[in-house]
Amino acid sequence: MADLAVTSSPGSVRLPPGIWAVPPLLVLGALFFYPLSLILRQALFGDEGAFSLAHFGEVVGSRLFLDGLYHTLVIAVSATAGCLLLGFVLSLVIAFVPFPGAKLVGRLIDTFIALPTFLVALAFTFIYGSSGLLNESLMRLLDLSLPPVDFLYSQWGVILSEITVYTPFVMRPLLAAFSLVEASQIEVASSLGAKPMRIVRQIILPAALPALIAGGSLCLLLTVNEFGIVLFIGAKDVITLPLLIYDKAIQEFDYTTACIIAVVNVALSLGLYSLYRVAVAHLAGSRAGLV
Amino acid sequence: MLVWSKAGRVLAWVTAALLFALIYGVPIGVIALASFSGQWNDVLPSHLTLAHYINAMRGDSAEQTQVSIITGFAASAAALICGSWAALALRNLMRLPRRVLDVIFFVPSAVPSVSVGLALLVAFSQPPVLLNGTRAIVLIAHFVLISAFTYGNVAAGLARLPPEYEQVAESLGARPFYRLRRVILPLVAPYLIAAFSLSFALSMGELGATVMIYPPGWVTLPVGIFSLSDRGAIFDASALTMILALSTLLVLVGLSRISSRAAVR
Repeated sequence: MADLAVTSSPGSVRLPPGIWAVPPLLVLGALFFYPLSLILRQALFGDEGAFSLAHFGEVVGSRLFLDGLYHTLVIAVSATAGCLLLGFVLSLVIAFVPFPGAKLVGRLIDTFIALPTFLVALAFTFIYGSSGLLNESLMRLLDLSLPPVDFLYSQWGVILSEITVYTPFVMRPLLAAFSLVEASQIEVASSLGAKPMRIVRQIILPAALPALIAGGSLCLLLTVNEFGIVLFIGAKDVITLPLLIYDKAIQEFDYTTACIIAVVNVALSLGLYSLYRVAVAHLAGSRAGLV
Repeated sequence: MLVWSKAGRVLAWVTAALLFALIYGVPIGVIALASFSGQWNDVLPSHLTLAHYINAMRGDSAEQTQVSIITGFAASAAALICGSWAALALRNLMRLPRRVLDVIFFVPSAVPSVSVGLALLVAFSQPPVLLNGTRAIVLIAHFVLISAFTYGNVAAGLARLPPEYEQVAESLGARPFYRLRRVILPLVAPYLIAAFSLSFALSMGELGATVMIYPPGWVTLPVGIFSLSDRGAIFDASALTMILALSTLLVLVGLSRISSRAAVR
């Protein structure tokens, strides 16, 4: 073996293996980290170039920003809770009450992930909008003059859209985790007289916990960053941080304020991303299906 | 099997099927129906028409479809090269530097797209590099946002590759570049294709960063759809959304067929 190894690289100089990571790092540095650092600079130094925290404090303390932060968090937490619940129920049926076509459903879920998020928001205006499918039907049926269902242009519309869009992101790790649960374990438990609810609580839920945490933290990250849905629903009093950044930069050309909000938003996202990484790291062995 | 009684099983399926249809079937069905609607003032559209698709096939909308597809392919190709390069380079590193670099290559996926757009706007509106108002800045934004996903997909594929193949090739005297070209890349080809199709889909649907930086004359489909629906032309917006979804799916299905053929070989 030894001489084979020698003949394999005659005369070639061994470069340190890390050297190959440099070109993609340079690309990412120039196109991502450098621009990102300029956001921080603009937030702290403004247009004049003098360091000052006064403007930063002013923006962060403003009603507009606090409302935006509040809406972002409420929407993200509620949507994530909804995704976890719905994703758990749907995955449970797909994995443990097998039916013909379960595989196809799994593929459909994967496809849904690839579609743009605003599709759902657009669809919801047709379904739940003031002159949408549901309201027209109800007004017909019950002989009403005003649309009875009116939640779309509030944070509930955004939350419901986000649950629809992000549930598949919970289902992927959950289905992967469920596929590792021993079928015999469930069969033994049920032959010993355990009811389905008890099996779910005592066998399936513990096995799925890491996947729920990983999927949930990914959901939290994606919902905090969501922009398309909030923009398309366009409710006046539902302004999240990404929408606030867009308004400040594009509508008002106030880059400094936009950068200050972006700094907070990026910090929040990176915090949630670390949470996700920690959760995934604890998921040793069953990483399948996670981005 | 969790539910043993037939009735219980059927109940579980029906509930799941209803939930599924309500949550995923109805929205897609409604968009599809709206894209063919002439007028929709009642419970159902009063008449169906192809006019919105005809509108979508010409003028601005046709141009936007073209822009989106070009941007998607270019950004995904660039991300595929950069992401695969990074994943391959990290393979032979020690544990600690590898984990640090892994996080660095994943970070762009964690940053909100609007902030990425803002960052590029701030960075490239000032010297040394002025790109604001060019097509290149849209490509850069898409590249940055999808690069982490390409990297992740390729790295996952490489992690599943048994190390023996490469060791055997090396012991038989294959040089590194030859090993890469003839052993590793063919083996991870399905992952490369999956990475490309995921990035293409993400790029086609990208809105947050694009809306911050797009120059006039390089409008992508999602931006076009938003301005249509903002103007109240929701049926035209639906038709364009259908075109966006179908062209994305077409590319995904096509690439997954190539990929399964590659996997068989």
